[in-house]
Amino acid sequence: MAQRKRNSVSRRRVLQGAAAAAGTLPFVHVSSGFAAEEAIGNWPAGAAGKTVFVGVTTPLTGPYSADGVDHLKGYQLAIEHLNEGKGLVEHMPTLKGKKGVLGKKITYKSADTHTQPNPAIQAQTGFITQDKAIMVTGSLNSAVAIAIEKLAQRYKVINMVGCSGANETTGVDCQKYGFRSQPSAWMAAKALAPVLGKEIGKNKKSIYLVPDYAYGHSVEQSTGEFTTKELGWKSLGSQVCPLGTTDYSSYLLNIANSGADVFVNVAFGADAVASCKQAKQFGILDKMKMVVPNISAFQGKELGPEIMGGVYGTMDFWWTLAETNALAKVFVDTFHAKFNYRPSWPAHIAYTQMMVWADAVTRAKTFNPIKVIAELEAGHKLQMPLGEVWYRKEDHQQVRAVPVVVGKTKTEMRNEDDFFKIVGLTPGPEVMPPDFLGCKMPTSA
Amino acid sequence: MFNGLTLGALLVIVAMGLTIIFGALGVVNFAHGALYAVGAYAGFVAYEYTGSFVAAMAAGAAFLMLVGIVIERGLIRLYYQRPKEDQILVTFGVGIVLVEGLRAIFGGLNRNLPAPSWAGGIVNLRVTLYPTYRIDVLAIVGLSLVLLYFILYRTRLGLIVRAGIEDQLMVNILGINVTRTFMTVFGLGAMAAGFAGVINAPIVTVSPDMGADVLVQSFVVIVIGGVGSFWGAVVGGLIAGEILSLAAMIEPAYSQVALFAVMALVLILRPQGLFGVQGRQ
Repeated sequence: MAQRKRNSVSRRRVLQGAAAAAGTLPFVHVSSGFAAEEAIGNWPAGAAGKTVFVGVTTPLTGPYSADGVDHLKGYQLAIEHLNEGKGLVEHMPTLKGKKGVLGKKITYKSADTHTQPNPAIQAQTGFITQDKAIMVTGSLNSAVAIAIEKLAQRYKVINMVGCSGANETTGVDCQKYGFRSQPSAWMAAKALAPVLGKEIGKNKKSIYLVPDYAYGHSVEQSTGEFTTKELGWKSLGSQVCPLGTTDYSSYLLNIANSGADVFVNVAFGADAVASCKQAKQFGILDKMKMVVPNISAFQGKELGPEIMGGVYGTMDFWWTLAETNALAKVFVDTFHAKFNYRPSWPAHIAYTQMMVWADAVTRAKTFNPIKVIAELEAGHKLQMPLGEVWYRKEDHQQVRAVPVVVGKTKTEMRNEDDFFKIVGLTPGPEVMPPDFLGCKMPTSA
Repeated sequence: MFNGLTLGALLVIVAMGLTIIFGALGVVNFAHGALYAVGAYAGFVAYEYTGSFVAAMAAGAAFLMLVGIVIERGLIRLYYQRPKEDQILVTFGVGIVLVEGLRAIFGGLNRNLPAPSWAGGIVNLRVTLYPTYRIDVLAIVGLSLVLLYFILYRTRLGLIVRAGIEDQLMVNILGINVTRTFMTVFGLGAMAAGFAGVINAPIVTVSPDMGADVLVQSFVVIVIGGVGSFWGAVVGGLIAGEILSLAAMIEPAYSQVALFAVMALVLILRPQGLFGVQGRQ
């Protein structure tokens, strides 16, 4: 009997518990309405303290190391400016008068990628899992950039892509967590083609030197597409070489004997320097016009006006924009004061990507990546050193002007960094690929 | 074909240094690529000061001889009696220190050492135009090989070095001052690397990492040619140059693969290398 009674009590308790649970159901429902506030990626753990961590990877060794050093300096300057409320921060409505991002100081670590995806992935994995990075950024090579995009997507951490010119970065390999500011090969080619038509002419024969990875093939394809379609140029083929080649003689012999009018050199970084220098030695530059669709950061400085004078190409940014844009002047002058030379474009990408991210976080009032993505996708038009910029929701490519430049001759140079003249600044909306280059952006993060 | 010859000539001179050091001292010198880069920078600095390419070549060679001697006396000599793995590690470490030292001093920007004025132009070889300097490189390498051949085969030092390659123990027993010989040999090897760095500088760009590829390729050269063999390095270098050049003309992506495939083939058919002697330590 006693036992029975205990059982019945127990049963009653169960029923009470059930009723209580049912009573709280509306509350449970309310809290599930906050599902977006649940932990995601490194949020909120990575933003719990007084600082937030940003993981930076740049190549300090390998063929793109010179560009990588410039890239890293851009990050250093941006983080210093954000933490102290200086530089461009003083001119941005959302950030003006603030120190840190949402009051938190930014800390960072940087790692050397050796211009290869594997070390970059190792380093960023460490930054994300050990240092609880709230954002990752940096790269100088599309193979690295695409690898980091996939990693950041897996860990659900915002990735402000560094330097990457391949179409795939915001095309077929686009990611919800990745945002790129550099013009894609497609955009660069679209901006470049009219200038080439005007300066070099129509119906020319061209030949390509192509580094064998995503970027090289992207640039060859896009430059070929626009020069064929708009200028009637005919491609005589391409010489595909491995990344990091030091001796280009075999390829250059083929190019020299091809009978082309225009030599399109897609090689980048140290490879661009070596191949241009050797092209000069093989007499190619005397009989053909050279076009470099995407000119490396220090190609002017390393090769000098004797080789780069008269060479056409595009750049993400060139410091003489400071003469026409007040914000570019702020960036160029503060950089010049700190590092004693005028910044090249990898530093510009690093600097502005940090600023754009800080702006989005400030608008979102949280580091929650989902809300930050929403702000970046919202298309807020920001005044930056290039003029007005914003991100496209469909492929996370920044809509921004593309500078077309030509190398200056020695007599045209006004100072030791004055290697290029800006011959065109094509507005962003005019060069955006209408079909998103195969990007299928998921609607939710 | 002709292009492969000039490419090969440069490999010959780098590989020569490597093979002398390995042959005589038994040390696998992983710092060889770094020494090559240091040589190029030494040449670059000398050129900046004097404007003379000949001075650059002399400076590159002389400075590297000195660097080689310092490294041998300061470090490598402590490792002769230690296992091969330790030697590899220590030379690898020296290489890293040298490369990063260059980066610290000169930065990561690519530097330019122009071709000498007497070799600046382009010659017409009927089938194609070709840079004069690359043809001169053939002559420069040829001359320096003759000089090296003379040192190795016509001097007392060369005799000791060659004897050391054949049988180190015996040379010791004969009471020859091996210490000084070893120092000179390492210096000579480093000098060859430095010299190669200078003469290659006008063709490639001068950067801290420039020796990385060269190191691997020159190892392949001495494996093909036979470790410790003078003629092995010469023939191996020319073969490697031809493979790289011809394969790049046909199918660039496979030019490096082709090089290693040939090396594998040599290792299977003739493990001691084309000119190597079987059973040499």
